[in-house]
Amino acid sequence: MNAPVIDLTGITKTYGIGTPVETEVLHGIDLRLAEGEFAALIGPSGSGKSTLLNLIGLLERPTSGRLSIGGRDTATLNEAEITQLRGRSIGFVFQFHHLLPAFSAMENVMMPTIIARGAADDEVEATALQLLDAVGLKAHAHKKPGELSGGQQQRVAIARALALKPRLILADEPTGNLDTHTADDIFALLREFNRQTNCACLIVTHDPRLAARCDRIVRLVDGQIADDLPTA
Amino acid sequence: MKFRLPFAPLVALRFLREGRMQTLLILAGTTGGVAVIVFLTQLITQLQAQIVDRVLGSQAHVVIRPLEEANRRAIDDEGFATVIEPRAQRLRSVDQWENVARLAAGMEGVTAVSPVVTGPAFAVRGQANKSVALMGVDAERYRRIVRMEEYMVAGRFAVDGTRAVIGTELAKDLGIRLEDKLRVALPNGRDELLQVGGIFDIGNKDLNRRWVFVTLPLAQSLLDLPGGVSNLDLTVADIFDAQPIADRLKGATGLTVDSWMQTNAQLLAALRNQTVSNNLIRSFVIIIVALGIASVLVVSVVQKQKEIGILRAMGASRSLILQIFLIQGALVGAVGSVIGSLLAFGLLNAFSAIYRNADGTPLFAAELEPRFILMAALVATGVGLASALIPARRAARMDPVQAIRS
Ligand SMILES: Nc1ncnc2c1ncn2[C@@H]1O[C@H](COP(=O)(O)OP(=O)(O)O)[C@@H](O)[C@H]1O
Ligand SMILES: [Mg+2]
Repeated sequence: MNAPVIDLTGITKTYGIGTPVETEVLHGIDLRLAEGEFAALIGPSGSGKSTLLNLIGLLERPTSGRLSIGGRDTATLNEAEITQLRGRSIGFVFQFHHLLPAFSAMENVMMPTIIARGAADDEVEATALQLLDAVGLKAHAHKKPGELSGGQQQRVAIARALALKPRLILADEPTGNLDTHTADDIFALLREFNRQTNCACLIVTHDPRLAARCDRIVRLVDGQIADDLPTA
Repeated sequence: MKFRLPFAPLVALRFLREGRMQTLLILAGTTGGVAVIVFLTQLITQLQAQIVDRVLGSQAHVVIRPLEEANRRAIDDEGFATVIEPRAQRLRSVDQWENVARLAAGMEGVTAVSPVVTGPAFAVRGQANKSVALMGVDAERYRRIVRMEEYMVAGRFAVDGTRAVIGTELAKDLGIRLEDKLRVALPNGRDELLQVGGIFDIGNKDLNRRWVFVTLPLAQSLLDLPGGVSNLDLTVADIFDAQPIADRLKGATGLTVDSWMQTNAQLLAALRNQTVSNNLIRSFVIIIVALGIASVLVVSVVQKQKEIGILRAMGASRSLILQIFLIQGALVGAVGSVIGSLLAFGLLNAFSAIYRNADGTPLFAAELEPRFILMAALVATGVGLASALIPARRAARMDPVQAIRS
């Protein structure tokens, strides 16, 4: 059995250390996610879901605890190695798509590859078009994000997250401000990619319907894991 | 295969394009700054070169003379103070001038040496009587000191036997035309009847009135200086090397050696002051342009906070983010220097059409030397880079999470 893609032990996160507003947001999180697992992260607003996702996504460092991604203990990595690990093995999908407004849909999808390889080439363009085709947006490849609807933007963001075939997809309320029908579409895309590539997925959602369609539901309450159960 | 920009320049260009108004503003500022600097520098360089050229048009770069004789009279016994008085005027020759001339000609940087015998005389014609300077020269050699042939308005610059060359003012004062006769009389009682074979206009009324060129031997006999010369005129390859060459000659010969830089010390000081004030203006313009670029980029970094966070989340390193903003600064500088140079060229054209010399010729040429364009490009790109440094570092240090959360 391979090392888990995510391996957290006793993770805490404290904001405002040394200030009067010092607050511990996460209190000792233990969490493992294996290859191919598709888990929902649920919990009330303010419970620390986004914070946890950002820690796993290596966008910030935990205050204490052990955090391994793809079998690598991140405490031993320097800033540049962390950045590279993040770029190559993690795909992000955010609630507000976070596409680059100055670049076309296709360029947005190519961006992680351009960053990783230095520049685009024919193959990178072909892959980007393929991905846009897979999310049903081939016809909109050259439009800027501003010219696309919310659902279309989120689909571009998913295509972008998949560009480097990451071993881990982190999605923070990817369907949060979409209508039910569009939300289902987006969710189905993530699920399909998970089946195709066997990547691990951790998806924050408020929608119990969608959570029920995951392999596993992790519930966070007040910075602690309240329960972690497989779905039926 | 299509050419595709690497990541940092790609994003830098796109950010600049996206920031339309801001980009236009810093570009305009940089362009204006470069135009002012290039225009001023080119103008001042040209005008200074012209002034120097005009001064040196009638002057040797270096002149070797006999040691100045002086009487020393002690005021007190210890000799603490002495009064130094020049001795009464008396023409003296440069000791062993042939050897000195050979030594000077062999010195590095010296391109021409011409012996000159000069002394005061009177030019007499009918009732008129003018004080002049008799100049005994070898015309061929003297031409390499002062380009007399360029100044001739009648006849040729050649002396032979009793044929002489005089200036337009003297010709006018005495009513002389080409091939007319002219008598010169000397304080020592000698005199000679000359025939005018050439008339020059050297662009200086005083010299046009005073200089009377004759052969070396004629001047030597008239001035009681048989076989001697009163000075050696030198031309050097680089005019600003004149002083060091003069110093070296002085050391080697022990004679009085003056360079044009000493003779025109005031002019040189004025030119230097002009250069200093030009540098001051340039520095201020550069500082203002740098502040402009830096402030616009600082704003841009704040505006692009979210994009920077996204790029970081997708694996862009701090150094790549740094590059994005440095490239923006360098690009603004480079493009500004190109447009600014064009603008400066336009300004030079306009000004040279408007400002003219008394005779209608342009005061300066409407040309831009490539070295100034190169200088502008290098300086502007460097300034762009330097002013982008602070904003770029801010961008690179930015916390990706904060950017993404907001
Ligand atoms: N940078 C920060 N500084 C201080 N407190 C923060 C910061 N980021 C998040 N928090 C706090 O941490 C808690 C958890 O936030 P978050 O992870 O966004 O919750 P969720 O995503 O579950 O709604 C909140 O109380 C929030 O105010
Ligand atoms: Mg959240």
